[in-house]
Amino acid sequence: MRRSRFPFFVTMAVLFFFYLPIIILIVNSFNASRFESGWQGFSLMWYKRLFHEPEIWRAAKNSLLIAASATAVSLVIGTTAAIALHRFARSRLQRFHFGLVYTPLVVPEILMGISLLMLFVTAGVELGLFTIFLAHVTFCISFVAMTVLARLQDFDESIVEAAQDLGAGWWATTRRVLLPMLMPGLIAGGLLAFTLSIDDFVITFFVAGPGSTTLPIRVYSMIKYGSPPLINALSTLLLVLTFTAVAASQRLSRSRR
Amino acid sequence: MRRESRQKIRETLVSFPSLFWLSLFFIVPTLFVFAIALKPANPYGGIGSGWTWDNLRSLVNPNYLAVAWRTLWISVFSAAVCLVLATPIGYYLARVTARWKGFFLMLIIVPFWTNFLIRIFAWKVLLHPEGAIKKVLALSGLIGPQTSLLYNAGAVVLVTVYTFLPFTILPIYAAAEKFDFQLLEAARDLGARRLQAFVRIFLPGIRRGLITAVLFVFIPALGSYVIPDIVGGPSGEMIGNKIAQRVFVDRNLPQASALSVVLILSVLAPLVTVLVLQRKREKPESLL
Repeated sequence: MRRSRFPFFVTMAVLFFFYLPIIILIVNSFNASRFESGWQGFSLMWYKRLFHEPEIWRAAKNSLLIAASATAVSLVIGTTAAIALHRFARSRLQRFHFGLVYTPLVVPEILMGISLLMLFVTAGVELGLFTIFLAHVTFCISFVAMTVLARLQDFDESIVEAAQDLGAGWWATTRRVLLPMLMPGLIAGGLLAFTLSIDDFVITFFVAGPGSTTLPIRVYSMIKYGSPPLINALSTLLLVLTFTAVAASQRLSRSRR
Repeated sequence: MRRESRQKIRETLVSFPSLFWLSLFFIVPTLFVFAIALKPANPYGGIGSGWTWDNLRSLVNPNYLAVAWRTLWISVFSAAVCLVLATPIGYYLARVTARWKGFFLMLIIVPFWTNFLIRIFAWKVLLHPEGAIKKVLALSGLIGPQTSLLYNAGAVVLVTVYTFLPFTILPIYAAAEKFDFQLLEAARDLGARRLQAFVRIFLPGIRRGLITAVLFVFIPALGSYVIPDIVGGPSGEMIGNKIAQRVFVDRNLPQASALSVVLILSVLAPLVTVLVLQRKREKPESLL
């Protein structure tokens, strides 16, 4: 049977569509021109300018701080959630629990942002880095739980049973058998939580207070009011960082296996 | 019996952290949104005392209705475009050799490592009056020099498709991967034309993937805020923008809550529909 070429052409066209804006953005970050109107020669001036913007670096520091702490807390809560969902799968409590963990994944971000804002305003909590941290933990829990749960469902139940038969108690089984086997899931979940936290704009924007600017919030105000070439340079830099991080983590997980 | 109750205690202990956190920071805040929608605003940007229907009543004004209608059609249209593009791609990925499969999947995912805001910004630059696309189109005479590509509903659809297309490709590909392609050959042998076989055999075969894919665009698109904010302009505003304006511009939290209630209900509607339909048809597992 001769196959249609049509799916191939659609795939190629869409890949072109995916890369076009990003490539133009990277090229423009080396453009000496101020106004995106044509090529005016190669230049690193925007990168140099970037280093003289203390606001950006302060925002980056806030983002890292929040991402690290939100990842740590959501990793613990998300993993216990996954273990509960897996161990006691058929119980009524866990059916409710699953719904509760799953729903934040499908709710549009703006709804989570506004509802948390309403909570903080009503409770009189001052908006700032701490409220951003609480919000980030909230949406990271679900992603961590789902990642770890997928890993749990994959592995061989009989190993746990063997440990118990050999006299290991619940705690010993969890710590000596379950956790080491879960490691790849924990690493994947942690990385996911970290990137989601670093990247989040909408929810953060709603629960941020004055003086608690994160990197995405800074980027947003640069897009709205700042100079485009600076954003090009910053984006290219972030892209390179993400690439390195992902490549490194993949190499790491491959050598572990 | 004792063993069972100990089991129960363990279950409660392990479930407690997430149940507690998500109740406090997910369920309670959602209830607050519903409650505050029924509260009056006070002049200092806070929430007044007493109860009122005014916020909900004020939603029935032509301005909001126009925005609601636009939100709906932008979301439906974006989901449709994503589906039309993602289906042939999912089909292609499922049929290509394993080596190319990994390569193409990688190519599809990599652009989305960039920050969401930066991708939208990249389109703002491209669609800008001085941008590349405008120049090409104007030179080729397809559009007049006065036509603006930016700040309209079309730009919102374009960027929405760009943002969510990978999330529709992946579930369709996953479903196509499980599809038995010999069925297509059988259909051809029995005299079906190529397109006919595709529509009557392949599409029903990957139905689950298609439904998941639609929800992955449609639901986040309904709640879109940043995309219309950056490339939409006044003629591309969606409900999300109205909520943000009530919060950040005129600091009317009860009004913002009332709008959010509408959004919550419109997000729930398609989800519940799909769940009910799936339960009727077959024993459900999960949407994924």
